[in-house]
Amino acid sequence: MSNVETSVLPALADRGGPAQPMLIVKDLRKHFRVRGGVFERSPQVLRAVDGVSFSVNKGETLGIVGESGCGKSTTARLIARLLTADSGEMLFDGDGVDQFGGMALKEFRRNLQMVFQDSFASLNPRMAALDAIAYGPQVHGLTKAAAQARAGALLERVGLAPQQFASRYPHELSGGQRQRVNIARALAYEPRLLILDEAVAALDKSVQAQVLNLLQELKAERGLTYIFISHDLHVVHYIADRVLVMYLGTVIEIGPVEQVYEQARHPYTRALLSAVPSMNPAQRTERSPLSGDPPNPINPPSGCRFRDRCEYAHSVCASVAPLLRETTPGHWAACHLDDAGSGHQDAFATRPTAPVCT
Amino acid sequence: MSDAVVLDIAQRSPPAAPRPGYWTGVARQLWHNPVAVLSASLLVVIILAALLAPWLAPADPYKASMIRRLLPLGSPGYLLGTDELGRDMLTRLMFGGRVSLLMGVLPVLFAFVVGTSIGVIAGYVGGWLNMVIMRVFDVFYAFPSVLLAVAIAGALGPGMSNSLIALTLVFVPQVVRVAESVTTQVRQLDYIDAARLSGAGSLSIIRTHVLGNVLGPVFVYATGLVSVSMILASGLSFLGLGVKPPEAEWGLMLNTLRSAIYINPLLAALPGVMIFATSMAFNLLADGVRSAMDIRR
Repeated sequence: MSNVETSVLPALADRGGPAQPMLIVKDLRKHFRVRGGVFERSPQVLRAVDGVSFSVNKGETLGIVGESGCGKSTTARLIARLLTADSGEMLFDGDGVDQFGGMALKEFRRNLQMVFQDSFASLNPRMAALDAIAYGPQVHGLTKAAAQARAGALLERVGLAPQQFASRYPHELSGGQRQRVNIARALAYEPRLLILDEAVAALDKSVQAQVLNLLQELKAERGLTYIFISHDLHVVHYIADRVLVMYLGTVIEIGPVEQVYEQARHPYTRALLSAVPSMNPAQRTERSPLSGDPPNPINPPSGCRFRDRCEYAHSVCASVAPLLRETTPGHWAACHLDDAGSGHQDAFATRPTAPVCT
Repeated sequence: MSDAVVLDIAQRSPPAAPRPGYWTGVARQLWHNPVAVLSASLLVVIILAALLAPWLAPADPYKASMIRRLLPLGSPGYLLGTDELGRDMLTRLMFGGRVSLLMGVLPVLFAFVVGTSIGVIAGYVGGWLNMVIMRVFDVFYAFPSVLLAVAIAGALGPGMSNSLIALTLVFVPQVVRVAESVTTQVRQLDYIDAARLSGAGSLSIIRTHVLGNVLGPVFVYATGLVSVSMILASGLSFLGLGVKPPEAEWGLMLNTLRSAIYINPLLAALPGVMIFATSMAFNLLADGVRSAMDIRR
């Protein structure tokens, strides 16, 4: 039988102390070359992630929201090193990853895990649930028996009785059960940061709530830090401490979730939030707050990328790209309206939800 | 300390009693598939007849006679008649099976091993390496497989081992193509990303996560090549590049009996029937094995 020493991977030390952010991302960039036809002269460049910077504090949940195609998932994959960034820096608990003086990639892999949206595609169809969970600890040196004991315990923890589910293959599980297995698989490494990439998006509402509650419990129990990527603003509101809004590969607003939801600074964030169906039929939105599709990231508009869908767009928006500015402590937005010196004629004037105006 | 709690749970409820082993399940599935059982029995009969030909065959496969040429099926003493040189057909078919089965199965087996390895590596690594490997094998596609086999066998010289090499080389690019495309599909799935996140090396990921999901389709494709291989081998023999007369081989027999097709068509068709039956049995059995190996049964 296993004992504590053999069935647990050595704990991962907190290196930088509580004040050190778990993750600092600086100016992350990833451009994909889109191959045109044979007669196309120069390959086109898709700017999937174009200068993204943010940090995640220890023990918090950072929500990342945005329309599909805005670079949320690419950002996640860049952080997890499933893709190589073109440029940019990343510090995990104060250390660089896979570079001189930093932490080794394999060690980093244990620290950071991911749960994907497609619960079926993220499980090997030929691996039973228990083996899928036990695979990771074995890679990191646990014996098969110890890893399986650990996997059984984790199955139990995520609410799947091992007697019943250990030998089930992915196709024999429901979507919610599969996602629980995926969560257990990620937890088997004892990670410190978990990236949940649309992890509950494909689940039924009731199952979604169960999985979200499970995630909350696990976070409290194990002192985890989450990056929670979603297009569902309700879910993000429920689970996140801070929220980051992306548009066409850039961060346009980041701040504490209550503050962003109550007093969004960026017109895009406001449009997103007003598109959320209200629980009150009297407050039903009559017209779409945003028109048109997001511009093609292969050829984004000059200056502010949101300008051709923005009702406040002005000539300065076409020439100068707004930078992230701290509007209130901890709340950053990238809009010329918030910058008195930007040259925008309505700067500081038109801010329907800003406290100064109300 | 939370681990201690968790472990306590683990000890109270150890992993459930495992279900019957994977291969036991596969065997049981096959047993309940009448087509697979029938094909397997037919193959066993053909293989046994070929293996035990020296002991079971009613006559000498090389003993010719001018007076009993092209006897029809069911002639007394010659159950399946005699060929154009008066040799006993049943005996010749049994002996011919030895070479034909060898020429049908071995090149495909070699090509399966070599082609899958190359294809999986090309598909998994992707990018630049994939480009180089696949373009190189595309060159082989420019030639019809018969022509390619003839060219290689011709360059190597006649003989059975050389035709084996030639046929293997003909099939490798086809297996590579299939293995590469299946691997490329599997490679894009999230569970490969999840496995990469484990920090495991590429070889470990290929072994545990890629191969199991790639081998099935490649295996079925390869078994389909067995019949092609037997036909190509007979073609090589006909051109004097493979097995030489008076050696018995189904393809060679089919070719030499061509001239008898107007006199005794049933007799002339016999070697063809053998090739057809054998390859059909291989295909159907492979199909059964594939569906039995499918985890989603």
